[in-house]
This record gives sequence, C-alpha cells and structure tokens, in this order.
Amino acid sequence: MYQYDTIDRQLVQQRVDQFRDQTRRFLDGEITDQEFLPLRLQNGLYIQRLAPMLRIAVPYGMLSSRQVRKLGHIARTYDKGYAHFTTRQNIQLNWPNLEEVPDILAELAEVEMHAIQTSGNCIRNVTSDEFAGIAPDEIEDPRPWCEIIRQWSTFHPEFAFLPRKFKIAVSGSQQDRAAIQVHDIGLQIVKNADGETGFCVYVGGGLGRTPIVGSIICEFLPWQHLLTYLEAILRVYNRYGRRDNKFKARIKIIVKAWTAEVFAQKVEEEWQHLKDNPTTLTLAEVERNKQFFTRPAYKAVDVAAVDNAVAQHARENVAFSKWLQRNVREHSVAGYAAVTLSLKPTGVAPGDVTADQLDAIADLADKYSFAEVRSTHSQNLVLGDVEKSRLFELWQEAKALGFATPNIGTLTDLICCPGGDFCSLANAKSIPVAEAIQRRFDDLDYLYDLGDLTLNISGCMNACGHHHVGNIGILGVDKKGEEFYQIQLGGSSSRDSHLGAVLGPSFYQDEVVDVIDKILQVFVEQRQGDEQFIDTFQRVGMDLFKERVYAKAH
Amino acid sequence: MPRLIKGNVIVDNEWQLIPADLSGDLPQGKLLVPLAKWLELKDAPVEGQTLAPWIDSEEEVEPVAAELLSAPLIAVHFPTFMDGRGFSTARLLRERFGYQGELRAVGYVIQDQLFFLKRCGFDAFDLREGTDLEAALASLNDFTVTYQAATDNPEPLFRKR
Repeated sequence: MYQYDTIDRQLVQQRVDQFRDQTRRFLDGEITDQEFLPLRLQNGLYIQRLAPMLRIAVPYGMLSSRQVRKLGHIARTYDKGYAHFTTRQNIQLNWPNLEEVPDILAELAEVEMHAIQTSGNCIRNVTSDEFAGIAPDEIEDPRPWCEIIRQWSTFHPEFAFLPRKFKIAVSGSQQDRAAIQVHDIGLQIVKNADGETGFCVYVGGGLGRTPIVGSIICEFLPWQHLLTYLEAILRVYNRYGRRDNKFKARIKIIVKAWTAEVFAQKVEEEWQHLKDNPTTLTLAEVERNKQFFTRPAYKAVDVAAVDNAVAQHARENVAFSKWLQRNVREHSVAGYAAVTLSLKPTGVAPGDVTADQLDAIADLADKYSFAEVRSTHSQNLVLGDVEKSRLFELWQEAKALGFATPNIGTLTDLICCPGGDFCSLANAKSIPVAEAIQRRFDDLDYLYDLGDLTLNISGCMNACGHHHVGNIGILGVDKKGEEFYQIQLGGSSSRDSHLGAVLGPSFYQDEVVDVIDKILQVFVEQRQGDEQFIDTFQRVGMDLFKERVYAKAH
Repeated sequence: MPRLIKGNVIVDNEWQLIPADLSGDLPQGKLLVPLAKWLELKDAPVEGQTLAPWIDSEEEVEPVAAELLSAPLIAVHFPTFMDGRGFSTARLLRERFGYQGELRAVGYVIQDQLFFLKRCGFDAFDLREGTDLEAALASLNDFTVTYQAATDNPEPLFRKR
C-alpha cells in the first residue's frame, strides 16, 4: 500500500498543528460555533446526539496491521473501547472528547493516517473496490489512481468550500463493487482498442433525498487528463452548483437541471482551458504510485493438492464449508483467496468492532495476509491475500474471535447506518431493526437458499445506509414525531445501478420483520431456479409483493 | 483607519467598500464599488475619487475580463465564508486572464481560509471585523507543502517528486 514520504508526513503533521490551534481558539472563545463548524467538519469531527463523532479516513479502504493496532489503541484510550466501520470504508469513533481530538490526530499521523476531508463541503475520501488488485475480473488496479486523486484533492485550495459534499469512487473491474454510479463522480477504468488506460466518467449520481443514477459525460478520458478533467468538473460545480438550498446543492441537481449533455458541454469548455497544463499526469507519477501497489511475495503453490486439502476439510466440516461458500472469494493468483471477516454477527451493530477485536484483526493480517486489511463499503473487513492451504486454520481463529459468521452477501450481511441511537440527523433507529432481522432470519440454510440479497437500512433520507440501492431498502421516517419505516424494493448498486421503488405506506418498527418475511415468501414462490432476488423482482414486478404485504388479515 | 493584510504585512485599508444598495452620491476617496457601477463609471472619472470594482460571488468575470485588467485593484466579495465561488473567480482572473494587480478578498473571510485564498491568487485580505490580524498572519503559512498546482505554484508536486 501507499507509503508516506517526508512531504506527505509533513503535510499531515502541519494539519495536526493547525487543528490543535483551531481547537484551542474555539475553546478560548476566539472562534464562533458557526466558524468552527466547517473547520472541524473538514477534519471529520461532528457534534452528535450524545458526544462528538470523529471520522477517520481509510483511503480506498486500505489499512496496514500497524494502523489497525493504532486504531485499537485510540478506541481504547480516547473512546469507549470500540469503533465503527462506515459505508464509505472509513472508521468512526463515537465518544471522543473535543479537547483530545488533536491528540488523536497526532497519534494517527504517527501511522500515516488522518481525518482530512472526511466530512464537510469538500472532496471526501475516495472509495474503491475492496478486492482491488486481487479480483479475477480486474481490468486494472484502481488504487494507484485513487492515491493520485487523494493527493490532488487533499487541501485543494479552490474546492474547500463547495456547495455540498463531493464523493468520488473508482472501479477497475468488470463488475462494479464500488457503486460508482451513485457517486458525485464515478470513474470506471476502461481500455481503448490500443490497450491504453482511460476512464469512463459518470457524474451526478447520488442517494440522499433525491436519489439519481449518474450519467456518462465522457466515454473515454485518456489517463493523462484525469486530474485536469476532474478539476474542470469541480470548477463548474463550484461556480454553478446551487447554494440557496442545501437539499438542492449536490452536483446531481445541477446535472439534472441542465441535462447531462449540457453539463458535459460546460465541462468540456472549461477543460479546454486546462487541458495539457502542468497538472496533466506524467508516466513517472503514475509509475511512482503503481510501485506501492505491487503484488506481495506470493508463493508458488501446488494448486491441485491445496484444493484437495481444502475440499477434504469442507467435506468433514459443514460449518467450514458454509464459510468457504460465503466468506471466501477467488483470487487472481492461483493458490490464494480473499477472505471476508464478517462484522455482522447477530446482536452487534453492523460495522462495530471493539479495541480488542481490532488488535486481533491486526494479528490475523500479520499472520495470514501480508499485514494488510481492507475495509468494505458493506461494513466488513477483507484479508486479501490468504494462502488457500491456511484457510482452515484461519477459519478456526476467525470463528473463535467472532468474525466467521458465514453470511457475506446474504440477507443478514445487511448495511446499516448508526441511526437514531447515535446520529442527530436520524428520524428513526436503524440498529434495532437490523438486529431484529438478523434474529428472525438466523437459519443459515434458509439464508443460503435465498442467495445473494442486499438489505440496506438508513435512519433518514440522508441515506448513509444506502437504502435506495439495497435489493430491499428500509428507510426510517418521522410521522408526527413517531418512528416509521418505509420499505423499498428493487435497488442495486452493481453494474447497471437501479434505485429501489417504494412498496407502499410505512410500518411501525415491530411490523418490519414480518413484512420482510412476506416479501421473502413471495420471492421464494416466484423464483425460477437459482434466480437472485433482484432478477425475480425485475421479472415479476412490484404488485405481487405489494398485494401480499398489504393483504387484509382474515 | 481599518487595517488589512496585504502581502505578508498589516497595513491601513485606504479603500472604502460601497455596498450594492447605496443610494445617493458616492463619497470622495478610494472606493470599491459594485462591478456594474464600476463598469458604468470607470471611463468618466470624478475629481477626488478613485474607483475599483468588487465582484460578488455569483458574478461571472468572463464577459468583462478585458475591462477588469485595467482596474487598479479587484476585490472579490464573500457573502459568507461558506461560499467558495470566490476561490474560482480569483484563479480565473489570475490564471486565465492574467490579471497582475492587487486581488483582495472582502466580506466574510476568516483566518482559516487565508492559506487557500493565497494559493488561489489573492494577495490582500480584508478579514471579518474583530479578527486578530497578527494571529491571522501566521495562517498564511499553515502549510509549507502542497500537492496540487494553483495560482501560487503552477507546477503540481508530482512534477518535482
């Protein structure tokens, strides 16, 4: 992964000093609440319902074991002993003291981490595919490009006070695992007929109150022009994005109002002024970044022998075979696999980990995966480079630690925001709903029969739980001060993103699980062969689901 | 006389900002007037008055760039410090149109924006009333390293790495 040089280190250290001074001036009353707000937000610090919340950047989800250990230390020393992985691959602390945040940032800087631009109206942490660099369907590793974008966007002087937050995601594979079409900018790595790298550029996607799938404004942007083109998009947005209404301020609103064609034209005009300027990328810079993402020292393995041994274990141990089936993925290198550590055991808020678990994860990474871990947008962790011959051993350890719930990609691997238990924006709680669903659907055989199915829960229309792109989406709504839940069906964030449609009138919290049960019954009845939920839904449509759920009880 | 930061020092602010809604005659002296007013009056100077334009955050500079180049100074107005349009306006004036004169940030500008404002080509900073200018001066140098090109440095870091 990327390693800081003296310049990167200096920059992060100077940020710590700057924020320490800002915090001191705020506590001394030299800066008003209103002025401190964007300053602390640009450092990932929110004031939440119960305490401040600090969001720490995990650039495109890559973590070293040293960093994970440091996060454990911070959670233990400055918080209540746990932390929370978010849907944008970042990690949050829910109970830090404002006075201690500069010290936390100083600790993070020691391990090349920070909280820069994890919040506020600026360019946020760039996200990507958790299987970057190891996925068999990869066109090109997106991480060097993510790092190039990270550096370009870090303290960009022109774009620190945008109309609203701005999120960029990069996908380098055939299947989009980074949900690029629901980002402000989505970049899909593509190759032209000559095998040269470029980007298909989507703009104006997003969730929140006005969910929209992004539009393509450039089919093939040659790699050299990546940053100047991004700069053109950002400049058009900074100048013309709406600032009169924060709910209309995302780039998607202006793309929709102007149409994608007009927006693309405006970007093109701006870009003609910037194209070929010194921000044009050089081969040397791309190579410099690529050298941080080279392949680790994989061993040559007798693949047949290893596969036999794994199959043998699987025959002897049903639980192991279930875990293999759901939590282990193919790797681009023979003899290796990518293993997802589930952070979704029943009864724990999705994405939550304790300080001790963070230490244990770091140990697993050291022992099994070249000292690296990846965070995923579905709030799990991935050990990317595990020797297949050691899968059984790893499974036993992960199981003892509580990370081996074999539910990845199933209904109970649900995505969930912190909701009304923590967040001051939420209309409704989301964690108890998640837990109720996990408790009801705890039969693994049933879950496996249902197959790949995403269920996403957001506590309000800000959509941190990405409910619009869940096959089943649950949205907390407020009706006259009471918490209700609206159900949506048919969302998807993989290639050809779809936004879910609303099933009908919303439900009380204690009704939600029964409604999900009815939806699943309809799916099982209508399903053809091994069809996935989303395919069945697209084939049969909403009405059958609606009739069953809202049928009058006799 | 009010003070402001110009270059790297604190100096007297000789210019008076005339708001967009001023009615009646302009006073004597050095006056920052709304862009439209300046375009109207700049070719008919009045004895005892020196005029320069201030540009509001939503105003486009492209149509009047040629005229602006002759201004003795240009002020860019920030109605609130959260309105970042002025950063783009400044870069356009400097980098696209080659404006060389004083570029002044006025309105609701805070200490913690100075470094970014400087990078975008501003060289004078009329900070929000009540700002401790001595302390604010230090923020011009909050960072000694930067990744990306801007007005202050046309070469991004990667070309020197």
